[in-house]
Amino acid sequence: MDQIFVNAKHWLLWLLSWLTAPPGWVIQVASSLINIFALLFVFLTLFALMSVLERKILGRIQNRYGPNRVGPFGLLQPVADGIKMLIKEDIVPARADQLVHFLAPILIAAAAILVLGVIPYGRNMTPFTIDGGILFFFAVGSTTELAVFMAGWGSNNKFSMLGAMRAIAQMISYELPLIITVLPVVMVVGSLIPDRIVAAQAGYTFGFVPRWFVFTPWGATAFILFFVSGLVESNRTPFDVPEGESEIVAGHMTEYSGFKYATFFMAEYIGMFAITGLAATLFLGGWHSPVQMLEFIPSYIWFFAKLSALLFVYIWLRGTLPRTRIDQIMNFAWKFMLPMSFTCVIAAAVWHYAGRGLRGWLWSFVVIAIVYTALSKLLDTQRKFAPRTYRFAE
Amino acid sequence: MSSIAFVLIAVLTLAAALAAATLQKLMHATLSFALTFVGVAALFFLLGAEFVGLALIFVYIGAVAVLVVFTILLTRRDVEKDRGANWGGTFLAVAMFGGLTWAILKTQSVAIAAPHIRALTVRRIGETLMTSYVWPLQCIGLLLTAALIGALVLVMEEKR
Repeated sequence: MDQIFVNAKHWLLWLLSWLTAPPGWVIQVASSLINIFALLFVFLTLFALMSVLERKILGRIQNRYGPNRVGPFGLLQPVADGIKMLIKEDIVPARADQLVHFLAPILIAAAAILVLGVIPYGRNMTPFTIDGGILFFFAVGSTTELAVFMAGWGSNNKFSMLGAMRAIAQMISYELPLIITVLPVVMVVGSLIPDRIVAAQAGYTFGFVPRWFVFTPWGATAFILFFVSGLVESNRTPFDVPEGESEIVAGHMTEYSGFKYATFFMAEYIGMFAITGLAATLFLGGWHSPVQMLEFIPSYIWFFAKLSALLFVYIWLRGTLPRTRIDQIMNFAWKFMLPMSFTCVIAAAVWHYAGRGLRGWLWSFVVIAIVYTALSKLLDTQRKFAPRTYRFAE
Repeated sequence: MSSIAFVLIAVLTLAAALAAATLQKLMHATLSFALTFVGVAALFFLLGAEFVGLALIFVYIGAVAVLVVFTILLTRRDVEKDRGANWGGTFLAVAMFGGLTWAILKTQSVAIAAPHIRALTVRRIGETLMTSYVWPLQCIGLLLTAALIGALVLVMEEKR
């Protein structure tokens, strides 16, 4: 059961070579194509499912039903949405930069889909093993900023431009903690290859606590920081200022309609899957099972269970938290997230040199606790709230 | 197979570079400039130097191109204006090209000098950086931090 998809692919390739006896590179291309189609199929299905589930769960949180008309429990809603998006008119503003306006959604979707390729979805189930897989993830992910900018500038619209500026400002700021929190994991494992990172988290301490990095003090801190930065990178509430509907229409997507808008929407969701998938790989043990007794359940099921759990938290946060202001976001990034992520690196080093055992656990906890208390004292978070004073409006 | 890929990538890179130098709108030029770096990164990938290619994408598209775009947006009002011929730039480019060609023609071919080069893995780069080149690395880190603080000091509001 565990290797069913791997075996299916091998069988397909064997069938191909048996039927036609092609040269070696054809087999290589076919193997890549199978991986690509499998990835696209799984994640587009997940996207469709997620879009309807998100609305259902948000509905529950807000004490209403959510979509329940199309199909059983409203599960066919994405089909209806897709048809609606497809038959909508595609409007390009007359003063827009035609080419840039056209290329932006393609680039953003391509970057989002490309990064999915390096995540290990199960035992022997990494679509593309690259020597620096983690680096690839962030290198390709960083082109999203340029794509968002192209969308904002190419639309020739004030709201688009404002949205793009906000998006880039917050994405650049949070890219730092996002990458620095990955650093301790890479340091401890000594490899940039996602498969190695997952392999390093195999096994159980005392026979029942899985050796996931989230169960070490530095790992737990880094995981929370990574998760918050991931929220920002995928422009989700509470950090959705770039497209804040109540302020600037839809940010960089204002001038997009029909299928181009749907592409943006899809890219956002797929980016979210990628970042949660990476979080699960780095900190939650990838496809390893949490309990030794349940190891008979296939690895890919564990991976997608972790992915869904994290995605549920995304939806939950969206349903509960209001939007933050841009200056709050920036202050939080530079004054809290960045020092804390550097602390994670130091704490991981302390953990490593204190023997990776209980003693290391305690010492790295002490490091993090000291920095956290010092930061909260320095940033004056204990301050009581006073009546609000207005500078410009009175 | 790889020679076809090389020709394709080279043509794409050169076309993008030419576009970056000649396009009328500054923003288009910047975007083609980014495309040039994608091409160069692809060449590095073709040579098996994945780390260099990824670092190139990371630094030049993720940071430098975005920075350029930001700078254009925040400083220039004449984004749409025609650019005249830039003779100083042309002279500099020709001089650079000539110098590089001269240098390349003078050097011995690497393939002849060292027939067996070990694969350039990320691991090897990391080990070299952290052992034999740790002092230069630390110095660069210090220099960049100093530059960052300097930039912040320059833009800081003066307290009255």
